[in-house]
Parts: sequence; structure tokens; C-alpha cells
Amino acid sequence: MAVDAAMKPSALALSAAKEERVRPFRDPTSESLPVKILLIALAAAFLALVLFLPLYAVFSEALRKGLDAALLAIADHDALSAVSLTLLVAVIAVPFNLVFGVAAAWAIAKFEFKGKAFLTTLIDLPFSVSPVIAGLVYILLFGAGSFLGPVLESWGAQVLFAVPGVVLATIFVTFPFVARELIPLMQHQGTGDEEAALSLGASGWQTFWYVTLPNIKWGLLYGVLLCNARAMGEFGAVSVVSGRLRGETVTMPLQVEILYNEYNYVAAFAVAALLALLALVTLVLKALLERVYSRDHALTPGH
Amino acid sequence: MELRVANVRKEFERFPALNDVSLDIRSGELIALLGPSGSGKTTLLRLIAGLERPSAGSIFFGDEDASHKSVQDRNIGFVFQHYALFRHMTVLDNITFGLRIRKSSRRPEKAEIRRRALELLDLVQLSGLEKRYPTQLSGGQRQRVALARAMAVEPNVLLLDEPFGALDAQVRKELRRWLRDIHDRTGHTTVFVTHDQEEALELADRVVVMSKGNIEQVGTADEIYDKPVSPFVFGFIGQSSHLKVRIENGEVWFHDRVIGIKASDLPDGPATLYFRPHDIELTDGCSGCIAGLVTVSRRIAGTWHTEVDVGAGHEKIEVSLNADQSAALKGGRIAFRPRHYRIFPTN
Ligand SMILES: Nc1ncnc2c1ncn2[C@@H]1O[C@H](COP(=O)(O)OP(=O)(O)OP(=O)(O)O)[C@@H](O)[C@H]1O
Ligand SMILES: [Mg+2]
Repeated sequence: MAVDAAMKPSALALSAAKEERVRPFRDPTSESLPVKILLIALAAAFLALVLFLPLYAVFSEALRKGLDAALLAIADHDALSAVSLTLLVAVIAVPFNLVFGVAAAWAIAKFEFKGKAFLTTLIDLPFSVSPVIAGLVYILLFGAGSFLGPVLESWGAQVLFAVPGVVLATIFVTFPFVARELIPLMQHQGTGDEEAALSLGASGWQTFWYVTLPNIKWGLLYGVLLCNARAMGEFGAVSVVSGRLRGETVTMPLQVEILYNEYNYVAAFAVAALLALLALVTLVLKALLERVYSRDHALTPGH
Repeated sequence: MELRVANVRKEFERFPALNDVSLDIRSGELIALLGPSGSGKTTLLRLIAGLERPSAGSIFFGDEDASHKSVQDRNIGFVFQHYALFRHMTVLDNITFGLRIRKSSRRPEKAEIRRRALELLDLVQLSGLEKRYPTQLSGGQRQRVALARAMAVEPNVLLLDEPFGALDAQVRKELRRWLRDIHDRTGHTTVFVTHDQEEALELADRVVVMSKGNIEQVGTADEIYDKPVSPFVFGFIGQSSHLKVRIENGEVWFHDRVIGIKASDLPDGPATLYFRPHDIELTDGCSGCIAGLVTVSRRIAGTWHTEVDVGAGHEKIEVSLNADQSAALKGGRIAFRPRHYRIFPTN
């Protein structure tokens, strides 16, 4: 247009600069649409590649010769005993670490004492030490050449290459989950609520039961679920201490490996699929509980 | 119930938070612990509650030494600064908590517990909100739930740590009056912590002024304001101005002249003169006064806050003038004498 042409270049540049400075309103914490799409696509692709694809592979491999073959493989005596041993180990290890984790988190978050930093580090140890080394430690502790092993054996208690060894190794490896989940939560919550309960006449136990526990229950649940998932899936430490006695000390992850090494792919993946299914059930359980929780008066944990 | 704090000391890992504090509280009294941050108010309150153990000394409930009793056995009601309401419980459950957890022999009937809680809710003007959760309440409402919860156990004493600390000025004022009202109706012996002097002076029967782990003065609002016993109290309560002076033969000297104030009961030597900035009279000539040049004068409503440069050392001192006094000043020169004052010898 004529007016445009009449504009001096400097005025044009000025108006352009102005336009650049005055951006249209946008939610300050939001991104523009292309950026959003890109970020979401990236996340989705990554999830597909790292999570869904392997999961899909496991199930498709298990069902390659049909559902019947897979079920038959699971119904095998050794496989069944592996399943029941895995469940047994979880049933023992999880409650144990639940109690220990709550006690440790309680002590660390609510009291001042000497050696607290040391205890905190110690709790992290199973996270930082390779599970294989954890297993070897138990061999050293309870093996034939150790002090404890022969003593226990003379009482008729076999630890190594038996169920107790598998349980102990699992407890060791899953040790930090509950405590790690609870310590920051409880530290954040402080001791105010507990003091309020005590000042109202509650005993220590009542305070824990009616005040502390409800405050941490969601963190606790999360820790327990993680602990459970790891207890069922632990391979390294259990592999070392179990001795791999088929039908006796073989858990599901070990069973998967044994079957795989025997080129029995369908059976291996069938058991693996079952194990994955257990993990999925755990996750669904957690999601369901969270739903119930958010419906149950809308309070966020920690506040 | 009467309370007696006898020579209590409290150290946190060698750090002395309270030094040899003694205090008598009469039954039914409303007492304020007032002091700057870190003066040990909360510590004293927690010691009375039994949430902390004294390093030395004892705390008596009535005639009974309660020092070794646990917090549960002292039967106190404590209102925490940040309320510490149980967030997973409704308002009603919060209030009834202290009764519900009692052993069955001491626990009232269910219906009775409920009746009592609803009565308390009425007292704290929250009727109808019993089913809410704490997050669904405003700060002032939470505060009142916390108070109702503490009162539900029929405590011997009510202890409140900065009960209105987290609230805005308007709500504070309302709740202040309301707390006084509740106190008058229920007659609980009550100790509350505050660092708001207006709150303390308006609300309390007696005020305990604390500083650096010591009790500086205990007295009614009038006593604290009119007869402060230490430079700290004079400076802390209300407005104050002070001037370094010298005492010689019962006369108060400022540099090379007397200022027209007698101090016959004080020993010779350096001292500090304290007075209220508004409590002065202007003088004409100066045969015994404080004189100087006005450096700054700011008007706030009906008062002129005037800074005066006095003496050879250019000491600054502040006085408050009304309209007439301000108009009477000539050429920026001012001469005045405090009407009421205190002189504390400098050690
Ligand atoms: N648990 C503790 N450990 C170590 N020092 C503490 C502890 N509690 C309080 N103190 C110290 O004791 C002193 C008195 O603290 P207190 O909490 O009684 O002060 P306050 O008068 O209530 O102050 P504010 O008005 O800020 O609440 C402070 O110097 C504080 O640092
Ligand atoms: Mg305090």
C-alpha cells in the first residue's frame, strides 16, 4: 500500500522492534503448542521403546505357541514351586522391611542422636552394593568355612542353599525401599502433630497409630509396593545364595534364566510373563489406591 | 490451677536458652510471655507443658512438683503456633481426639463426647463446620479449632504459642478480644506467648517481659509501661528515646551542662536517661534543659516525629511533638525537658 511505502525504513524497524517486545498473552507456566507436541511425542516414543516394546515382546514370546502351551509351562512342577517360593519370600521380606523401615525412618526423622548420619548411610548400603556382592557376603557369613554356618547346621538349621538364605538375601536387597521413602516425608512433617497428640494425653503407641501412621500411609504404601516388586524380581543376590536347587530354592527370576539357558523359550517367557503380570498387578493396585485416596478428602500427602 | 516455675534453667547442648527463671502464676490468670525473637518464650512454655525437660529447677502445678511428670500426665492444653491439627481427621474428630483416646475408665460416653465437642464448637463460633477437614478452613478458623481441641480435655492450664502469629492484623484483633472473652467465661489459667506488645498489653492480666533467656519484669500493662525496671523493658515496650548522661552530686549532666533533672538516689558516674518521646515539655530559655537543632521532622497523622541534634558529639535524639509544639519551634532550635523518665546507671 501507498502508506506502507511512504513509511521511512527507520520507522518500520522501530515498529517491528515494538511488535517483538509486546508478545501476546500466554500462560506463563505453559509452552507453545509445537513445543508441547514435541515434548509429549518424545516422552511417548521413549516410553514405547523402553517400556512397552519389551513388555510386548515378553508376552508375545510367551504366547507364541498359544495360550495352552504357556499355561502348561507354568503348571509344570518346578515352575509352580518357583512361583510359590517367590510369593513366600515376598510375604516374609516385605512385612519385615515394612516394620524395619518404619522404625528406622521414625528414629531418623523424629529424634536427634549420635551416629544418625552413619545409620542413614548404612540404610543406603544395599542400594549401592551390587546384589551379587550381597549374596557373597551371606556365603562368607553362613558358608561351610564360616563361624555361623556350622553352628547353625549343628542345630539343624540350613541357611545357605535353602529357603532361609533366599529370604535373608532378599531382605538385604530390599532393605532401603520403605525407609528411603519415609525418611524425607517424615522429616518434612516434623514432630508437631506428634507433640499435639501427646499433649492431648495420647500414649506413644496411640500417637503412632492414630497420628503418625495416617500421615505417612501413602508414602508407606508406595515404599511397600516398590519393596514388593523388587522382592519378587531380585535375581543377583538370590542367585548366589540359593544354590539353584530346582523345585526347592529357585525363585521365578532364577527359573526364567534356567529355562532360557535350556533353550526352552516358551516356558521361560511364560514364567517371565507371569512375573511381569505380578508387577503390573502391583502397579494397578497402587493406581487404584491412589484413586480412592484422592476421592477420600482431597489432601495431598505432606500438607 | 496455680503454676510455679522455680529457678528453671534450660540448655540445648550447652547453649543456655533460659537462665534461672522463676515465675508465679495465679489460678485463673491470663499471662503473656513477651519478648524479642530467641528470648526463650517458647522454651519456657514447652517446659511448663512438659514437652521439654529442664536442665535444672522445678515446675509446680499447685503444690505438686510436676517436673518429672510426662506431658500426658500434666493435663495441659497446648495450642501450637502452626496449629498442628490432624489433617486426616475432621474438625469434630480433631476436637474429640483427646477424649476418644482415653482409657475406658476415664473416657466419657460417646454421646457425651460429641455433646461436649459441639458445645466447644459453639464456643469458638464454628458450629456447622464439624465435618470439614483442616485444609478446608481459613487460618483463623484453624486457630479456633486448635483452641477447642486443647480445651476439650479440660486442662489444668492452657498454653498458647503465638496463637495469632500467622494471621493478618484484622483477624488478630478480633480473635484477641474473643480469646479474652473465652478466658473470662471459662476461667482457665492461661499462658500465651507473643512478640506483639500491643497484644500482650491489651489481653493479659500480667505481662512477663523476657530477654536473652531471662525474665526482665513481671507486671500489669500499666506497671510495665509506666515503671519499667530495666533499660531493656523501657526500650522494648512502647516508644522510647535515650541519652547518655553523667551523674554528679545528684545532678544529671549532659556534656557541660545540667539538664534540670535531679537524681539524688543514684551514684555518681555515667548513666543513661530514658523517656517517652511524646512525654516532654518545651522550655523557653535553657537553664536546665536539653537543647539542640531539629534535623528532620516527619509528620505522621497528628504527630511530628522530630529528630534533634543535641550536644557537641552530634547525638541524635527523637521526640514527638503535637501541632502546637511543632508550631512553637523557632528557627529550628528546640529546648525541652522530659516530664517522666528513668535513669539507669551504666555498669
Ligand atoms: N531444640 C533446640 N535446640 C537448640 N537450640 C534451641 C532449641 N530450641 C530453642 N533453641 C534456642 O533457644 C533460644 C530460645 O528459643 P525459643 O524458641 O524459646 O525463642 P522464642 O522466644 O520462642 O523466639 P521466637 O519469638 O522467635 O519464637 C534460641 O536462641 C534458640 O535458638
Ligand atoms: Mg517461639
